[in-house]
Amino acid sequence: MKLSFNREDERFREEIAGWLADNLTGEFARLKYRGGPGDEHTYPEERKVWERKLAEGGWTCVGWPKEYGGRGCSIEQQVIFFEEYARAGAPGRVGHIGEGLTGPTLIAFGTEAQKQKYLPGIVAGTELWCQGYSEPSAGSDLAAVKTKARFDEASGKWRINGQKVWTSLAHESDYCFVIARTDPDSVAHKGLGFFLIKMDQPGITVRPIEQITGTSEFNEVFFDDAECDAADMVGQPGDGWKVAMGLLGFERGVSTLGQQMQFQNEFDEVVKLARSNGAAHDPVIRQRIAAAHAELKIMRYNAMRMLSGQSGSDGGLQKEALIYKLYWANWHRSLGELAMDVMGPECEILEGAPYALSRLQAMYLFVRSDTIYGGTNQIQRNIIAERGLGMPKEPRGDIR
Amino acid sequence: MEFAFTEEQQMIRDTAAAFLAEVSDSAAIRRAMDTEAGYDPDLWQRICREMYWQAIHVPESFGGLGLGYVEVVAMQEQMGRYLLCSPFLATVCMAGNALLVAGDESQKSEWLGKVCAGEATGALAVCGRGTRWDADSVTATWQRDGDGFILNGEYRYVIDGHTADFLVVAAREVGSQGTAGISLFILQANTPGVERSWLPSMDQARKQASVALHDVSLGGSALMGEAGCAWVSLSRVLDLATVALAGEQVGGSQRLLDMTVAYTGERVQFNRTIASFQAVKHKAADMMLKAEVARSAVYYAACVAQEALEGGPLAGELAEAASVAKSYCSDAYFAIAGDALQLHGGVGFTWEYDVHLFFKRAKSSEHLLGNGALHRERLAALLLDS
Repeated sequence: MKLSFNREDERFREEIAGWLADNLTGEFARLKYRGGPGDEHTYPEERKVWERKLAEGGWTCVGWPKEYGGRGCSIEQQVIFFEEYARAGAPGRVGHIGEGLTGPTLIAFGTEAQKQKYLPGIVAGTELWCQGYSEPSAGSDLAAVKTKARFDEASGKWRINGQKVWTSLAHESDYCFVIARTDPDSVAHKGLGFFLIKMDQPGITVRPIEQITGTSEFNEVFFDDAECDAADMVGQPGDGWKVAMGLLGFERGVSTLGQQMQFQNEFDEVVKLARSNGAAHDPVIRQRIAAAHAELKIMRYNAMRMLSGQSGSDGGLQKEALIYKLYWANWHRSLGELAMDVMGPECEILEGAPYALSRLQAMYLFVRSDTIYGGTNQIQRNIIAERGLGMPKEPRGDIR
Repeated sequence: MEFAFTEEQQMIRDTAAAFLAEVSDSAAIRRAMDTEAGYDPDLWQRICREMYWQAIHVPESFGGLGLGYVEVVAMQEQMGRYLLCSPFLATVCMAGNALLVAGDESQKSEWLGKVCAGEATGALAVCGRGTRWDADSVTATWQRDGDGFILNGEYRYVIDGHTADFLVVAAREVGSQGTAGISLFILQANTPGVERSWLPSMDQARKQASVALHDVSLGGSALMGEAGCAWVSLSRVLDLATVALAGEQVGGSQRLLDMTVAYTGERVQFNRTIASFQAVKHKAADMMLKAEVARSAVYYAACVAQEALEGGPLAGELAEAASVAKSYCSDAYFAIAGDALQLHGGVGFTWEYDVHLFFKRAKSSEHLLGNGALHRERLAALLLDS
């Protein structure tokens, strides 16, 4: 085991830190610490400009292979990139779904034509993506998707009908990747396809969901005979589940390190507040702050284990990766509660009417989604018990 | 950056696990814990002569293997997993680290040489009743007596203190306070005026002792380092021991999880294994989460501890890394032990099943060298009071 970075990596750290210090200024200065989860509705246009600025500097898709326009960074350098990005307070990336999910999926499963068509726009920061997975009746049971894809021989295109929900940034996105049923008589994970769909077309309607925070970054997306070219299906009809699951694997990559730095920023704000308002003298608050600090540190070590290790013997996730979502989601939810308890009665008072939340108030409310999306805590525990410990699988019911 | 065991480290760990599975089964643990010494001296000699665990991180110049602290912690993890009754923690991770951190060349040469040859075990005596494992908890005293010293005081919670061949003791200059005036001394356990008693404990698989010093007269060569300036060294020794203990906690946690998964997979009620109940699965999932998070904390702390011994760039993080690991691992091990007992149902409450051995170890390790709350307060002070 070895924890330190080599000299070349440290030079890389200086390079990205220097670039951010030089460029996260002027018109971009007000974007600092904004636009992360729970705050994605802020400065959308300005953050799109920032995304292109990053691209000009060569700082998008740093972990992608060079042949696809990436920087070919090692794991260590990707870790450093995300750490420095968050340390500088650089804003939440509008391009993160394309960079973190669409790109790796196309690189793994896409045709050469699909790579040529879609990867450059992601690298350039000019084309944004959203994810069409969940549906009103397919939440934890993702394989229950009902959205249908029918191939129209006359036009040579797929016709998509159905509804997706909880689609982040759909209203800002150029494309959506969607799993839909190519075999109308199929059930569960069989008979699905994976489609790359242009958002700007008559068959698609986006309706924002007003959340517990009073803001909207999630949406409902309605597909009403929406079109998708035959060439824009990834894999074959029936491959959708395989592609979708491969994609979920990419979700647990190095970007988690960046998420942790955002957590660190939030935690630092809680500590600063506790020191200034006297809560730091309360022995119970001290214990909770120390626990949050310790557990955030360990979150980083756990991610380092995930990144250093190989897959489990069965090709699945290692144990430290299996527990990761449940761990960080619970940690973040507790941080929200800690933040409010550090604020004391002041936690109730808004920045203004009608519902202007402070950063910590917004965080406190938004983190309630962390233990729900991307696999609820209950689903995570099933996955851990079944895949990590080999315990019996949950039986399926028979309600249709 | 490579945050995984090397192939060599994996080999050492796997060899240890195979050996322990053979020599530290339930019957062996119970035989050893029923003795006052608390371990089987023949087995310890086998470990010293065949496995060289007592010599792992001692430099080769003193007869050791010259490996790192990551290996020590990896061994502790395996010993915790198999609940090995042995003087390893006291000798290697407490007294041994004290020699490495604070001993002079002749002290190291003499005592580490004996340890590596399997000829001596040691113990570390720091504090008395109701300790917080901090500088104020050092209450035994020293005063000069010509070129030598006179020591007085009482210690408790001295792991294997009643069987050790030599003792490293902490004492403060008469009249001193706080971190000032603290010295470390090394002495033969049978030095006149040293009174040692076994303190029977709930966790029978690890023995504790009290040590009383009655006008113990020591020569100048017993002093480790500079008189009155040992707090920095002592706190580093305690941190190193804490990291090793956290390694043991991870091993015990994993074993309890394995036992629980195996038991619930065999126990049938309502015509199904109880492992098929979601209430059981979810508790087991929480146990695995805690065990894995504890493991991540310990592996990091082990790397930092290694750097602290070598003077690497992360050496300054030792106190924090030790508290992060010990606070999490203490609570995790005890919670896992409680859940394991619960999921074993009635048999978990029996003397016959081994769950209680680990349940008791979880509590004894929790409080040894500071419990979760104490280490969190240490972290809070670093974060909030500076």
